[in-house]
Amino acid sequence: MQITHDTVRDVARLARLAVSEAEAHALAPQLSAIISYAEQLQSVDLTEVPPTSHPLALMNVFRADEPRPSLPREVALAQAPDSDGGQVRVPAVLEG
Amino acid sequence: MLPTIREIADSLRRKETQPSEWMAQSLAAVRERDGAIGAFLTLDADGAVERARRLDGQPQTNPMFGVPFALKDNICTEGLRTTAASRILESYIPPYSATAGQRLADAGAVLIGKTNLDEFAMGSSTENSAFQKTRNPYHSDAVPGGSSGGSAAAVAAGLVPFALGSDTGGSIRQPAAFCGVVGLKPTYGRVSRYGLIAFGSSLDQIGPLTRTVEDAALVLQAIAGHDPNDSTSAPQPVDDWMAALERGVRGLRIGVVRTGEEEGVHPGVQAAVDAALRTLEGAGAEIVEVALPHAQYAVASYYLVAPAEASANLARFDGVRYGRRVVGETLTDMYERSRSEGFGLEVKRRIMIGTYILSEGYYDAYYKRAQQMRTLIRQDYEAAFERCDVVVTPTAPTPAFRFGEKSDPLQMYLTDLFTIPANLAGLPGLSVPCGMVDGLPVGIQFVGRAFDEATLLQIGHAYEQERGFPMPTPEVAGQ
Repeated sequence: MQITHDTVRDVARLARLAVSEAEAHALAPQLSAIISYAEQLQSVDLTEVPPTSHPLALMNVFRADEPRPSLPREVALAQAPDSDGGQVRVPAVLEG
Repeated sequence: MLPTIREIADSLRRKETQPSEWMAQSLAAVRERDGAIGAFLTLDADGAVERARRLDGQPQTNPMFGVPFALKDNICTEGLRTTAASRILESYIPPYSATAGQRLADAGAVLIGKTNLDEFAMGSSTENSAFQKTRNPYHSDAVPGGSSGGSAAAVAAGLVPFALGSDTGGSIRQPAAFCGVVGLKPTYGRVSRYGLIAFGSSLDQIGPLTRTVEDAALVLQAIAGHDPNDSTSAPQPVDDWMAALERGVRGLRIGVVRTGEEEGVHPGVQAAVDAALRTLEGAGAEIVEVALPHAQYAVASYYLVAPAEASANLARFDGVRYGRRVVGETLTDMYERSRSEGFGLEVKRRIMIGTYILSEGYYDAYYKRAQQMRTLIRQDYEAAFERCDVVVTPTAPTPAFRFGEKSDPLQMYLTDLFTIPANLAGLPGLSVPCGMVDGLPVGIQFVGRAFDEATLLQIGHAYEQERGFPMPTPEVAGQ
């Protein structure tokens, strides 16, 4: 599978990464090489093989539904780059 | 050179020394030698001195009491900068501590600082750190391995008796092998991952890097066990690993996977591993040949599964709630600029691979097939464990390589071919030093059944006792 420069730009947009022209040109052959290497999985017959998503077969891990203390608001906000009035501030999402 | 945990614990028990003295020795070693090694990203000297001083004169409660240690800098420490060696977390101060580190602190071990790693643990040489190079204590031109390269180098250079690392595809075992120390990746779920900055959530596991197998058992004893804060931590009871150490190897069956030139194994590495097997056979173990026919597909599966999980896990770094923010006109601008300036190239590569293979139309062709291969690799181990108690390979195909030697990402990935299968199957793996090649250490890897760290430690300890030669101390560590 050849990953083109355009594909790199599309994927970067999906991943919320701003990739420069120079970076996209460097990444395209590198990503192609990695994906091409992974194509060897296509040569193995995997029909009927169930996928393993997780090595530990734990099912439905619940805790008691009881209120318990959580981080105080000021501690949770202490690492926010910008906050105001007990909330995180970001650029406007909606015009208005 | 700081002594082992066992030696420090014995000295403290006999009241010959106090925790403060060991802390002073550890800090002096860091100040004297870490300039040449670069193992530490953050040193908490004042805090460590104060914590050790408070233990002076107190009764020793367990072998961790008063022992200095370091944590890989992707393990969160409340109030102490935790960066994952990434610009995006350059000044991040966690509001809580990881369970594994907290359990050590509760036992009285004293944290001295945070060690270097490949950014977000993505790499095999620690060269992907956004901040600094870490050098192999045995050779200043050689990498320490990775991603837990800072932890491995700190232990090898005698700066601390032990450190914790994390292992997603070999990141504890491979640097342990490269730096001539012991590295244990416990079974997936054995140690809580709460507070570990997530990379590949179905693969990540925290474990110790130590100078001896006995010390690895001591640390595991302190950090293992279920944690209500990590729903993927296992409810299995914690074993008595110290008792396991003394059982010897008589009657144990060691399954050897034949490796060679085809896997790029250095002849010196092969010879060291073969010699170790003869030693174990001489001590009464039975050697049987086993095969893992699908292990050849492990690297391909891993470099689909791990980036897929990473691309989801690293979506949280968006400049909103914590970490670096680069201001933008719009919200999307802010996300893109924060992430692009905050992440290094290897992290971007993996996020993009993950995003690509999870995107519409590609999921079945890549991610699902990788997960199916994971099943076959697990079944390979199950079949092997019908015939043996542990599976042996070299930990890495070569000794430590030079800086810049693996400039092609795929070539770097292929150095993990012997460690990755255990992560895909969730099994425990132990690397023990087994010799020197061209002045650099070599490790032998034992992989065991799920939750059977006991047998790994038992064999590793027996091998250390029987090895018959000391691993040479790196010159930089002094006497």
